[in-house]
Amino acid sequence: MQTTAVIIGAGHAGLAMSRRLTERSIDHVVLERGELANSWRTERWPTLRLLTPNWQTRLPDLRYEGREPDGFMAVTEVIDFITEYAGIVDAPVRTGTTVHSVRAGGAGFEVQTEHELWRARSVVLATGACNRAAIPAVAGGVPSTVAQVTPMTYRGADELPEGGVLVVGASATGCQLAEEIRQSGRPVTISVGEHVRMPRTYRGRDIFWWMDRAGILDERHDEVDDLTRARHVPSPQLVGTPERSTLDLNRLRAEGVRIVGRLGRVVDGVAQLSGSLANVCALADLKMNRLLTRLDEWATATGVDVDVERAERRDPTLVDRRPALHLDLRGGEIRTILWATGYRPDYSWLDIPVLDRSGHVRHEGGVVTDAPGLYLLGTPFLRRRSSTFIHGAGADTDELGTHLRDFLGGATSTRSCVR
Amino acid sequence: MAITDTPIDNGVNVEALLGAREALTAAPEAAQFQWRASCTWRKGTHSHSTVEGFTGLGAEQQHRTSYGFDIDHPECFASEDHGATPVELVLVGLVGCLTAGVASVAQHRGIQLRSVKATIEGDMNVLGILGADPEVRNGFESITVRYEIDADATREDLEAVVAQSQKRSAVYDIVTNPTTVVVEIA
Repeated sequence: MQTTAVIIGAGHAGLAMSRRLTERSIDHVVLERGELANSWRTERWPTLRLLTPNWQTRLPDLRYEGREPDGFMAVTEVIDFITEYAGIVDAPVRTGTTVHSVRAGGAGFEVQTEHELWRARSVVLATGACNRAAIPAVAGGVPSTVAQVTPMTYRGADELPEGGVLVVGASATGCQLAEEIRQSGRPVTISVGEHVRMPRTYRGRDIFWWMDRAGILDERHDEVDDLTRARHVPSPQLVGTPERSTLDLNRLRAEGVRIVGRLGRVVDGVAQLSGSLANVCALADLKMNRLLTRLDEWATATGVDVDVERAERRDPTLVDRRPALHLDLRGGEIRTILWATGYRPDYSWLDIPVLDRSGHVRHEGGVVTDAPGLYLLGTPFLRRRSSTFIHGAGADTDELGTHLRDFLGGATSTRSCVR
Repeated sequence: MAITDTPIDNGVNVEALLGAREALTAAPEAAQFQWRASCTWRKGTHSHSTVEGFTGLGAEQQHRTSYGFDIDHPECFASEDHGATPVELVLVGLVGCLTAGVASVAQHRGIQLRSVKATIEGDMNVLGILGADPEVRNGFESITVRYEIDADATREDLEAVVAQSQKRSAVYDIVTNPTTVVVEIA
């Protein structure tokens, strides 16, 4: 089978790219291992909602037009949104088509699926950044009496064994699930490393309204001081609820969740916890306040501050004077460990040497410079801070679609349109 | 950030450190260091340790000169007190590491330091090391560091400097997180 470009993955990013290629009259196909929005259908827990408000959930040619612009889409709504989008842009999607390998060959790439071989001059990797739960090596020391789950297998607190739960990781996923599991009546302990604290609303507006208006989400990969760090910032401690309430460690503590330090290792069935809890909380508080100060300064400079509420600061994160440094996993107190320790991409099918030591694709703003014609979408800070959000695909695919067109035209070097 | 007419100088060569970060990212094998000390028992609880050589940047390296440390215990432990206790040296290592970090981070952030003073306290129940109470650990129950910093910066800026110094400190990491220790007889 022959086409000009193959897009792998029919999530929001792959479909937005399809729209960009159609607009540029570039013949292409979108290969999808499952159904449209497959990871939303199969790899997310049922109560999950987007972190971004509905008004912000938009793709080229489709935006939310419902009655709750300040609400947050549930998983089923996201699936409907993406499915509707595939129809609107008339994307040439082949569902139920798992890609087994992508390699260099012919005048470009050879994409072997479970059904057939595709030859194309360009390939777009739109499989996302969250294909596997990242489980730290220390999990190997956890006694077999303790059940282990990940956010990709978790389907609700009621499916967990009775008894205590240790949630490892305090970013958006860990904090949300710690709260949900606590509400089921189970004793919950959360192990906290470096994290990003953020209020849901600030001065009466959603935090994403602020970051959108102040240009923070549009900051580009070639503008930030330290791109490596920016690409590894954990997801903020946010949750999208109808009440638009703020989820942080102080709230979890008030709900009875025990807060402990980062999990260091497990020796003889005993988990050893870091004594750095006070500092990671201090760092998160300072960083949050720097963000809010920046937003205040922007509001003053632009005159926006007359339309919003008074500036305020949240209480510092409460930390026990002597947080626990050990957790005995053999005693029955902890029956389940939930690893909310992040996600990794899976490129086991990518037979092109473009991965770095940690298994991520080396790229410049989504252009895989070591393999001209290969493109990447939807990874943290791919081209701008918004790259992992649904609306971030709009600008990213526009620029990369242009780069791809120019690459096919052969008129320009691979670096010409990175900016 | 302070705005001054004269360039900020805390005596830290930030450009060299940033250059090293870039160079070592490109050549990760050169980033693998090994730090060493050797120790000779003198008498009783008194020993003498020296540091001189270490490995790094893909080669054997030397301090400008060798440095020696007498280690002992005080007279109330029925020792002769020829030097600091090992646990005090841990405190010295931690506060020295954090203070180097304070200077470096301040330099990087354009904060001129005029003086930095710190006290460090480690609380310990010695029933642990005496083997008198199995519920008591050998090591510190907690460690408290207090900084007095005179600098051209707000309190919040200084809090951020001190927090970042902890985040990037090797000894802070060693003290707060588990480390595999292998002890064997040659």
